[in-house]
Amino acid sequence: MKPASPFLELDEGPRVRVVFDGTPLDLRAGANLAAALLAAGVQTLRHTSVSGAPRGPFCMMGACYDCLVEIDGVVRQACMTEVAEGMEIARPRAGEAGHGA
Amino acid sequence: MAHSDLAVVGAGPAGMAAAVTAAEAGLSVTLLDEQPRPGGQIYRDVDRAAARRGDILGADFTVGVRLTGALAQPGVAHVPGATVWAIEAGWRLLYTRDGRAAEVTADRVILATGAMERPMPLPGWTLPGVMTAGAGQILLKQSGLVPREAVLVGCGPLLYLVAAQMVRAGVPPRALVETQTKAELIAAFRHAGGALRNGPALAKGLGLIAEIAGAGIDRHTGATDIAIDGEGQAEAVRFRAGGRVHRIPARTVLLHHGVVPNTQAARSLGIAHRWDHGQHCFAPVLDGWGETERAGLFIAGDGAGIAGAKAAEAAGRLAALQAGRQAGRLSRGQRDRQAAPLRAALSRERALRPFLDAAYPPHAPALRPPDATVVCRCEEVTAGDIRRYATLGCTGPNQAKAFGRAGMGPCQGRYCGLTVTALLAEANRQSPEATGYYRIRPPLKPVTLGELAAMDAPARDAAE
Ligand SMILES: Cc1cc2nc3c(=O)[nH]c(=O)nc-3n(C[C@H](O)[C@H](O)[C@H](O)COP(=O)(O)OP(=O)(O)OC[C@H]3O[C@@H](n4cnc5c(N)ncnc54)[C@H](O)[C@@H]3O)c2cc1C
Ligand code: FES
Repeated sequence: MKPASPFLELDEGPRVRVVFDGTPLDLRAGANLAAALLAAGVQTLRHTSVSGAPRGPFCMMGACYDCLVEIDGVVRQACMTEVAEGMEIARPRAGEAGHGA
Repeated sequence: MAHSDLAVVGAGPAGMAAAVTAAEAGLSVTLLDEQPRPGGQIYRDVDRAAARRGDILGADFTVGVRLTGALAQPGVAHVPGATVWAIEAGWRLLYTRDGRAAEVTADRVILATGAMERPMPLPGWTLPGVMTAGAGQILLKQSGLVPREAVLVGCGPLLYLVAAQMVRAGVPPRALVETQTKAELIAAFRHAGGALRNGPALAKGLGLIAEIAGAGIDRHTGATDIAIDGEGQAEAVRFRAGGRVHRIPARTVLLHHGVVPNTQAARSLGIAHRWDHGQHCFAPVLDGWGETERAGLFIAGDGAGIAGAKAAEAAGRLAALQAGRQAGRLSRGQRDRQAAPLRAALSRERALRPFLDAAYPPHAPALRPPDATVVCRCEEVTAGDIRRYATLGCTGPNQAKAFGRAGMGPCQGRYCGLTVTALLAEANRQSPEATGYYRIRPPLKPVTLGELAAMDAPARDAAE
């Protein structure tokens, strides 16, 4: 069972199915991906390459890079991405989230 | 390749006002911002959020639609979702949009890239569930999310604003753990004269505090020894206040002790910066119009020094007027007539700052954290590592890169730069100014090979 959301959600709207780390999730279409994952109870988006420590969104403004996820094979900032139907989202493998290309 | 008279980076109050003022003077303007919608940090997503939750966010937020609405005019080409990663003299701006790199050229450039929250390295600040207070506010503005069981930690006007907005949303924070002391507040009153010049702003601040008190939220002031506990995610905030140790359970912890200029773009162009003693940060050296030492390059808004949204708007317009004058579209008289009221507004807004800076100084232990605390989030370098580099002869942040990887991760030092400067300055008994800051090189934000490959061939060749 997924843990209850630590957030109150004020907005409603149609949801689309995405897959996060193998688990199907119904997120609000067009919503900010980092926010939508937090609302769905997902707090850890990646693990650091140095110590494997868990990380989640920190700045929500594209500055900290702690929200990196792999979307359809490309490492991107979840806080700078909008939810789209069918997204395949994975926690980036250790080492991949550290350095953009 | 698109060419315009003026390129503006950042569509917050400074950038939007600059773009519109320049267009009104007859300049063609390209306005680039990495966010999908205009507004910047204060007016984030205002076009949608003002209608949905203007009552929660308040009139100081909804007023932003005035600026976003003015962008709809033929002289301004707003390019949303454009992350600028390189700026070259002459001027050429390279950016990524929708997974493709692209470029624009312009005769002049205004950087209006705003501020970011001052890094607040405390034990446990890297745990999931710990965010900046501004991030919490962005979740509310842009996505309509309010954290339940949240504790706000730190100090400053934005901390009170976020707390009040959460109260209005019906999900008050569990507690405010505030770092400023009564003594600091009392000492700040020597700047009261300046603050009184901006009475309405002062009254609003007091109103927020009253709103928080009215909601019955626990406030602890003068907090020290703050740490966030948790296994794999934030679970509680621990601190000492009023002579005893407290531990408040929290699933979300929002940190804030002020904002500092985002200087990455200016630094990548080698612009000189000075240390601002009152605001404990670096700020670019500018003339009265916001122009840098490099002709045709301006900086406006909180990226030039923290003074808030109204000041940012006025500074954006001033820079645009001077750009219009330089381009021969405005006479000296036209420029100066329009500039006079803007200068008055700017000085009124700035008058409030010495009071705020003294009343809510940064939390000293988070400027120079204990050895075990991670300061570089990307590469997990601790304060103790930096101190050790100093004992081995490291005198500045750039040298630190020879000792370890601090500042070399994807955030490019945004969240460790000021801490590394402070730690080395203290260890070497040097001023922050003499210690310096990271040298910033493009790309300002990581670019992938795929994005470069998708760029039109001539531009790509030039980029290599
Ligand atoms: C998270 C946060 C929340 C804040 N909330 C408030 C508030 O509620 N009330 C208040 O009074 N003050 C707030 N502030 C203070 C804020 O700095 C000022 O009020 C005001 O927003 C400054 O305006 P500006 O135009 O200088 O910059 P900003 O409003 O910060 O706008 C800068 C813009 O530049 C863009 N940008 C930056 N770098 C790049 C790049 N490389 N490529 C493309 N685009 C880029 C950003 O996306 C952003 O939209 C907040 C600050 C922060 C950091
Ligand atoms: S949360 Fe900081 S970059 Fe996305």
